[in-house]
Amino acid sequence: MLARGPSSGPCETDRSLGIRSTGIPRVLVAPFGPAPGAVLSAMEGALGEAFRLPVQRLDAIEEPAHAFSPARGQWGSVAFLQTLLSRVPPGVSRFLGVTERDLFVPVLSFVYGQAQLGGKVAVVSLARLRPEFHGLPAAPAVLARRAGTEAVHEVGHTFGLVHCLDRRCPMSLSIDLPDLDGKTETPCAACRALLEGSREMRRTRATTEGGHP
Amino acid sequence: MRARWHILVVDDEEAMTESLAAWLREDGYTVDTASSGREAIEKARAREYAIYFVDLKMPGGLDGIETLMEIRKFQKEASVIVITAYATVDTAIAAMKEGAQEYVVKPCHPQEISLLVERIIRVKNLERENAILRRKLTRHYSFHDLVSKNPRMAEIFDLVREVASQRSTVLIQGESGTGKELVARAIHFSGDRGERPFVAVSCAALAETLLESELFGHERGSFTGAIAQRKGKFELADGGTVFLDEIGDISPKLQVDLLRVLQERRFFRVGGTTEIAVDVRVIAATHRDLATEVREGRFRDDLYYRLNVINIRIPPLRERIEDVPLLAQEFLDRLSHELGREVSGISEEGLRVLMDHDWPGNVRELENAVERALVTCKTGILGAGDFAFLARPAGAVGASASFPPGLTLQEMEKQYVAATLSRLQGNVKAAAEALGIDRSTLYEKIKRYDIPR
Repeated sequence: MLARGPSSGPCETDRSLGIRSTGIPRVLVAPFGPAPGAVLSAMEGALGEAFRLPVQRLDAIEEPAHAFSPARGQWGSVAFLQTLLSRVPPGVSRFLGVTERDLFVPVLSFVYGQAQLGGKVAVVSLARLRPEFHGLPAAPAVLARRAGTEAVHEVGHTFGLVHCLDRRCPMSLSIDLPDLDGKTETPCAACRALLEGSREMRRTRATTEGGHP
Repeated sequence: MRARWHILVVDDEEAMTESLAAWLREDGYTVDTASSGREAIEKARAREYAIYFVDLKMPGGLDGIETLMEIRKFQKEASVIVITAYATVDTAIAAMKEGAQEYVVKPCHPQEISLLVERIIRVKNLERENAILRRKLTRHYSFHDLVSKNPRMAEIFDLVREVASQRSTVLIQGESGTGKELVARAIHFSGDRGERPFVAVSCAALAETLLESELFGHERGSFTGAIAQRKGKFELADGGTVFLDEIGDISPKLQVDLLRVLQERRFFRVGGTTEIAVDVRVIAATHRDLATEVREGRFRDDLYYRLNVINIRIPPLRERIEDVPLLAQEFLDRLSHELGREVSGISEEGLRVLMDHDWPGNVRELENAVERALVTCKTGILGAGDFAFLARPAGAVGASASFPPGLTLQEMEKQYVAATLSRLQGNVKAAAEALGIDRSTLYEKIKRYDIPR
């Protein structure tokens, strides 16, 4: 069940979310189960900075139990996307889920996250972003930074951006942690231009600024 | 840039297909999917994919190796990556033997897929660049806008280079659509006059009086409608070249006027009294056999000899059929760009149709055929079906009823009579019946058109 989060501001759930034509949070962030608040805040900050859109956090939503694959000991990311899709509140532009589960897609051994390319929803897994997953000491600041970059990457895909060749850009492909750690949280000039020029972003901004959706 | 590369993912498990397709799309590639070998082959016939990801085990139809073998029958250079959950050395060896480029075991590390695809695409980019360069190099005889690898055309290009900077008159002969004007332009632009005007006149397109005015200009009031003085083509081309196309069609009076210009390099405007001197090179062209026209008294012999100082005969396309693929690709490259169509090439079957055609309209007909196919093509490759309109209508076997644009009625009649005779093995009685005329009329036409039997 979608619920108001601690920083929900003027919005209410579903009909009671009270989503109006002004001040609408265009990007929602919701954890699947418990997730560290500092990490979620870092993700929201990175998203707000990168996309210049209002971002709002919702309370935790139930994770899809059927996503678990006993054979792989991992969780299928598509089921998470489907769950998010079934719960996108009207008027919301993008919906990002955050999970501690180790995600996979059938053809790959793992993914840091997954998004609907040009769609509405995306999910980020914190599991492999944690240094302790790789046998290293926990480092909350490192995790927060990685989560922020990965959030921008996946939400960028929902705006139609594909992998960037600039290794510093958050839209570049991360296939290992050094790749991820080498990226900034702000899209490069080329990706920003693509983003600002996209019809979807123009429409999103227009509604955020009080126009019609 | 990656979006121009198309990838096909083939797997009977939808979850597998979709997850790989989604991953590749995030990389910026354009990805199609197929859930069976049969569907993959259909899609591969419609579009040439840069990479095929093919699952090895697909029950109830073609498996991965069979699919790979089928695709390779018509796309010899296809890059196929076999994916399987069953990692055995035997299947890997079998797949590689049949031409699989790579072999990956699912689930695979994301790095593996991305690096593999990137490596193959990098090679594809180099291959594409190499093909363009090679194509440029293999055009041994390419000259200006003329493209050929036929030895007779090579001789023509050599001759064009030799005579380019001379002032001698050139007579270019060849069937309609063989590129006579292109040869004339090559002569002009590769010679000393290249910086000066090249003025083309189609002599067949205008009535005698209009053509006279067009060539020599006119004074104000010289005829009804001459409301102002106007310079003719010879004056406009001063210092350059006048190209007189279809010279065999000009009237006896104009033949005299033209002879005078060629002899004296001087002429009068229509209605004028002042002689005008020009420095103009004349290049004339005709699809007619001017020697025959002279023999039969329709063309002045003195003008013929003046024009025929340097003679260039362009062979019809059917006599240099090896040029068809080269020219077709040339037209495809240019026209696909102009028309904004993403068509990368012509399939082997498509080329076979083109090479089997007689091309009565020569290079111009080929260009039109490629343009028509491009406009109606539904896929990324022009196939045999896209050139179906080239097939002769039933009952016209051996007597093509297709005439290139620009033919005169007489020329069409001559070609049709000749084709009918040829189809009926020279039997005049049968040909006369087929043409709906009596035998004496047919004999008269055979004689007039000098048709061999």
